Amino acid sequence: MKYIDEYRNAPIALGLARKIAHLATRPWVLMEICGGQTHTILRYGIDELLPREVELVHGPGCPVCVTPVETIDKAIAVATVPNVTLVSYGDMLRVPGSTSDLFRAKARGADVRVAYSPMEAVKIARANPDRKIVFLAIGFETTAPPNAMAAWQARREGLTNLSLLVSHVLVPPAIRALLTSEQNRVQGFIAPGHVCTITGYQDYEALVREFAVPIVIGGFEPVDLMEAILMLVKQLEKGEARLENQYVRSVSYEGNRAAQQMVAEVFEVADQKWRGIGIIPRSGLRLRPEYAQFDADKIFHLDVVTAEEPAECISAQVLRGVQKPIDCRAFGSRCTPENPLGAPMVSSEGACAAYYRYRRQGPIAKEA
Amino acid sequence: MAGSSKTVTEIACPVPLTAKDTVLLGHGSGGKLSAELLHEIFLPALQNPALAKLDDQAIVQINGTRLAFTTDSFVVKPLFFPGGDIGSLAVHGTINDLAVGGAKPLFLSAGFILEEGLSIGTLRRVVDSLKKAATAAGVQVVTGDTKVVERGSGDELFINTTGLGIVPDDVCLSADQARPGDKVILSGCIGDHGIAILAQREGLAFESTIQSDSAALHVLVSDMLNATHEIRCMRDPTRGGLSSALNEIAERSQVGIELREETIPVREEVRGACEMLGLDPLYVANEGKLIAIVAPGVAGAVLEAMHKNPLGREARVIGTVTQSNQGLVTMRTGLGTTRIVDMLAGDQLPRIC
Repeated sequence: MKYIDEYRNAPIALGLARKIAHLATRPWVLMEICGGQTHTILRYGIDELLPREVELVHGPGCPVCVTPVETIDKAIAVATVPNVTLVSYGDMLRVPGSTSDLFRAKARGADVRVAYSPMEAVKIARANPDRKIVFLAIGFETTAPPNAMAAWQARREGLTNLSLLVSHVLVPPAIRALLTSEQNRVQGFIAPGHVCTITGYQDYEALVREFAVPIVIGGFEPVDLMEAILMLVKQLEKGEARLENQYVRSVSYEGNRAAQQMVAEVFEVADQKWRGIGIIPRSGLRLRPEYAQFDADKIFHLDVVTAEEPAECISAQVLRGVQKPIDCRAFGSRCTPENPLGAPMVSSEGACAAYYRYRRQGPIAKEA
Repeated sequence: MAGSSKTVTEIACPVPLTAKDTVLLGHGSGGKLSAELLHEIFLPALQNPALAKLDDQAIVQINGTRLAFTTDSFVVKPLFFPGGDIGSLAVHGTINDLAVGGAKPLFLSAGFILEEGLSIGTLRRVVDSLKKAATAAGVQVVTGDTKVVERGSGDELFINTTGLGIVPDDVCLSADQARPGDKVILSGCIGDHGIAILAQREGLAFESTIQSDSAALHVLVSDMLNATHEIRCMRDPTRGGLSSALNEIAERSQVGIELREETIPVREEVRGACEMLGLDPLYVANEGKLIAIVAPGVAGAVLEAMHKNPLGREARVIGTVTQSNQGLVTMRTGLGTTRIVDMLAGDQLPRIC
């Protein structure tokens, strides 16, 4: 497949790995931000091909993983209101809230539907004027434009039966939070290529300047990641800190202006809670006052209690790259994709799920 | 909670959900949740030696004749899809469950559960297709049943089938017979059926030319068995895809199975759709493919026989049975690293067959 196979080419990827091994003279800790990149690293064993000096830790860029538990509880609460249809991205259905998840809510009679695009929610709202349609609008800067588009379209058409339950997060403030944390070990970042495709990379340049940390915007295939790692190691070995763009086939400096305008039209920046990290100032998006009529929080008066954390779940450390999934005592035994203790084990982009699915070092492997 | 004055505070993580009090769509996925139902509900209640084999068909002996006996239910949505419909699928799926046990399929039953309001024209189309598929495969539908449920209690039309066939005396295929060194053969490209259905789904519909691979495999199986009897077991990787079928074999035989990524054939259109939708072709359903575990010395002869049959033209060896990693399926990636190929957890696509 064109534009895929070239970036999965084994001789090229292995050649880059050899260059990295040749260059690396000291230990370096690198973090890939995006869950999609974590998934590729585990699926192809990218980390196994790196020299001992280069350690990859996994970042908070899994939208499902960082969506606060209250949002899940709110979604379940609103889905069980009579005459409501909740529309969601598929991965959200298995994420445990405090006492249930959307799959179970659906099994007990709630009208929960999976969509790949929020415009499906608009279609459902159009076709069912007597029902209230709520779209669970979660994610990073990548899902913000289509989610904004749904609200914009609904407003334009005068649809009064569609609303959004919003829990949107932004990458640069999360990187800032990681860099200011006392526990931070990360010396270089692979920034998320798809997020930067939308936003461009001005904000990342600011981070490079402020923290003197190298950041390389990376793609999602094995060759992309190997090349991004090589670019970071080169900088680190030379004592440099620059912003570089590995994912040039998709990312431009300005990003996608039309998408940015759509987001700015519908959303405004706000403080946001991240599951596993806590509240990060100005790290999320909420609907602008002009779009209040589409705010499910306001329409349904969603007021839900915060949940307790199971003592065993170390997702706080995993999402900040402080620990790896296999460091967790519950990994693979009491915490599996069928019975997840934390969100990183639920989502296909979650670090714990990626380790379980592709690697499974830890209790299970030892027993086997 | 860590210092509340800091920006970064500790997590508020969910409590685990361990209650198993509700049937979820994932229980019908053919993956881990399905296995859980089987082991916790059905097997303890119904235990007997034929059932305990957990093959796609039971083989029971009556007056010296070895009967292969299977049942299947079809709830596919939509009823009509590129490359088939629920009627032909019911025939092919049932025949394949018999065929992978080495049986010659003979008779089918068909039970129809109809929803009030279904158009008779639709029913007629389905029954015509079912008849056509049965005739083409040389089996007869010898008994049937019809029930009607109130509007809203079903979704148009469901079909339940039974299949009966005869297993030759010298054929003995079962998922517990894979041995280290054996070769894993796959009859052709994976993922066609699942993606063909998905492309038709409301809310997901995308333009595609992908056809379901729905087909009856009994002639291909018979060609393979004519070439050699050193076939250990066969499976048709339907729900849960290739990975679930191979995981079942690895577990039942207590062996490892190592696949080679570059040898697994996936059509470009299917790969493209999977990339776009975030699916892994290893987990996508097939309705006209089989996997066979064969003794190392006969792989060439089996492939030669398969290549002469249109349904096996793309057959190839995709992996080897190993002593190590018992109960696990692993994959050597194109980069030379090894990863696990786990059984499907939850459900990728409900109501695919």
